[in-house]
Amino acid sequence: MMIDLDAITRRFGATDILHGISLSVAKGGFTALLGPSGCGKSTLLRIIAGLDRPTSGTVRFAGRDVSAETPAARNVAMVFQAYALYPHLTVEQNIALPLAMRGMSRAERSLIGGLIPSARAKRSAQGQAVRRVAEMLEIGGLLGRKPSELSGGQKQRVALARALVRDPSVFLLDEPLSNLDAKLRVQMRAEIVALHRKTGGTFVHVTHDQTEAMGMADQVAVMLAGRIAQNGTPRDLYERPATRDVAAFVGTHPINLVPGTVFGLPGEVGLRPEHLTPGGGIAARLVHVEYQGAELLLDVVATGGTALRAVAPGGWEAPAPGSEITLGYAPANLHRFDTDGRRVAA
Amino acid sequence: MSARRDALTTLGLVGPATAAMVVLIFLPVAVVAVLSFSDYQFGARTLNWVGFDNYITLFTDPQARRAVTNTLIYAAVVIPGACILGLLAALGLHNLATRAPRLAAILRAAYFLPVAATLVAMAVAWQMLLHPNLGLVNQLLSMTGLPGQRWLSDRGLVLYTLAVIGIWQSLGYAMVLFLAGLAAIPQHLYDAAEVDGAGEGWDRFWTVTWPMLGPTTLFVLVIIATGAFRAFETVATLTKGGPAFASDVLVYAMYREGFVYFKAGYSAAITMVFFALTLTVTALKFRVLERRVHYR
Repeated sequence: MMIDLDAITRRFGATDILHGISLSVAKGGFTALLGPSGCGKSTLLRIIAGLDRPTSGTVRFAGRDVSAETPAARNVAMVFQAYALYPHLTVEQNIALPLAMRGMSRAERSLIGGLIPSARAKRSAQGQAVRRVAEMLEIGGLLGRKPSELSGGQKQRVALARALVRDPSVFLLDEPLSNLDAKLRVQMRAEIVALHRKTGGTFVHVTHDQTEAMGMADQVAVMLAGRIAQNGTPRDLYERPATRDVAAFVGTHPINLVPGTVFGLPGEVGLRPEHLTPGGGIAARLVHVEYQGAELLLDVVATGGTALRAVAPGGWEAPAPGSEITLGYAPANLHRFDTDGRRVAA
Repeated sequence: MSARRDALTTLGLVGPATAAMVVLIFLPVAVVAVLSFSDYQFGARTLNWVGFDNYITLFTDPQARRAVTNTLIYAAVVIPGACILGLLAALGLHNLATRAPRLAAILRAAYFLPVAATLVAMAVAWQMLLHPNLGLVNQLLSMTGLPGQRWLSDRGLVLYTLAVIGIWQSLGYAMVLFLAGLAAIPQHLYDAAEVDGAGEGWDRFWTVTWPMLGPTTLFVLVIIATGAFRAFETVATLTKGGPAFASDVLVYAMYREGFVYFKAGYSAAITMVFFALTLTVTALKFRVLERRVHYR
């Protein structure tokens, strides 16, 4: 395991942000920390980075306890939501900074450093590394610019380049895509996954966007209120949500949750809209239809007054709102939760 | 219709301030500029045009040149002194504020006190502190075995004594501005620097703090510089430009020539030189440096 978190807690004043988080990330894995804002996922990432210290618990990198080490000593690379580029440095200098900080003495880095032969050799080696990573991210033409002259997407690429230019132990990404527009976000998602594949590094990606987490990561840890509610593959989260809250958080369309009494059961029963489709044994009245091209979102009220959402394939001819329709589902897609919200095995 | 109403509203909002500026600043400056080419004396019924004579006197007369060089020396001590010490105080207080917020608040008020206090009143306190025999400064020096100094009557020393008082007076202002500048530096830049290996001490300062303080530093420099060129109160209350014009500065000379000797024309010429100095500093700020410190 590349990263092992053991019973991490973090307290700010009287407020507990993290309640005993234990999590392992495999070497070369891509793990997403998924959760709503305020769930503690960014705090956890900062603790992994060494930018924040846990109140209790240990952080281990490849078996070594790094709890007391600085981010530089842990050799982490991080990409920030707000890019965090140095505004006074050019793109090239921004990307080269971590190399210069690690590889050069203070004299070599200084203004007169250019006079020292060893500094010149190191600078040219760094220049090559910078150009290589810049080509990889297609920002080779921007090296002479200042961050203020770049678009949001370009800044994000520079931030990625700065993280990739050295050989870090782990790559930490703190909501790197949330400041980009929707189209760019989808594009960068694929690029980050491709970079992960190319470098073979260990990635930890914090996001509140479940599509992002599901689409990019091989392991997703859903964090709710300072705890890991479920940790598993994207398929696990979707097909076997461990709690009703995870079921409610994961999935493009919010899951239908109805009281178990409808089925004569305690607790609650969940059924994803995409698993509730026209044709079957449930009679319902159509209230509203939202046409989305590939599919139609149906708001219906079932007999008994339960409001439900269903999904119909794009070709389905929707009757006028107010019409009675029938809906059906496969029993295997029902999720049962007990009164505490925990999953009950079918 | 509404365009005319908009125009009237605009005029109504901008008009009074503009009128006051024109009447109270631009017109007087123009009058002073005109007077500086005359030998006008306050109260006189006539005046003669003397061309550049006043300016020639100002740059050739040893006494006048003394005032100019003294002003430049004073500024050369006060500007870096107040800026560097103000920055150090701000850095210290900024770090202290997270550990001991109340102590930091008290110290901040203490540093700022000289800015808020009347310098004329404070000058009395300085006079007592610097008294050759009874002053606390010389007594402390003699306790440590060092010879006392005639701080305000030694020709070689008096200008620097005044400069130190000038630093003491403007340091708090620089500090408050730097504190605001420090508070505005986004935390994520410090985080990035820490990850990149520049998280400690000097590296952190050179990578993040100092570059991000650029606009603040420029503003502080301009404020402190114009303040230093305007030095007057301490000179007027403590030394009257003496001994033997050793602490004469531009604004005090302007006051003496104009309001003691009533040489309004000459005083006006000094004013114009002073005006040019301040204008240069301001123009430098807007034209040259502003673009560089904002990294555009």
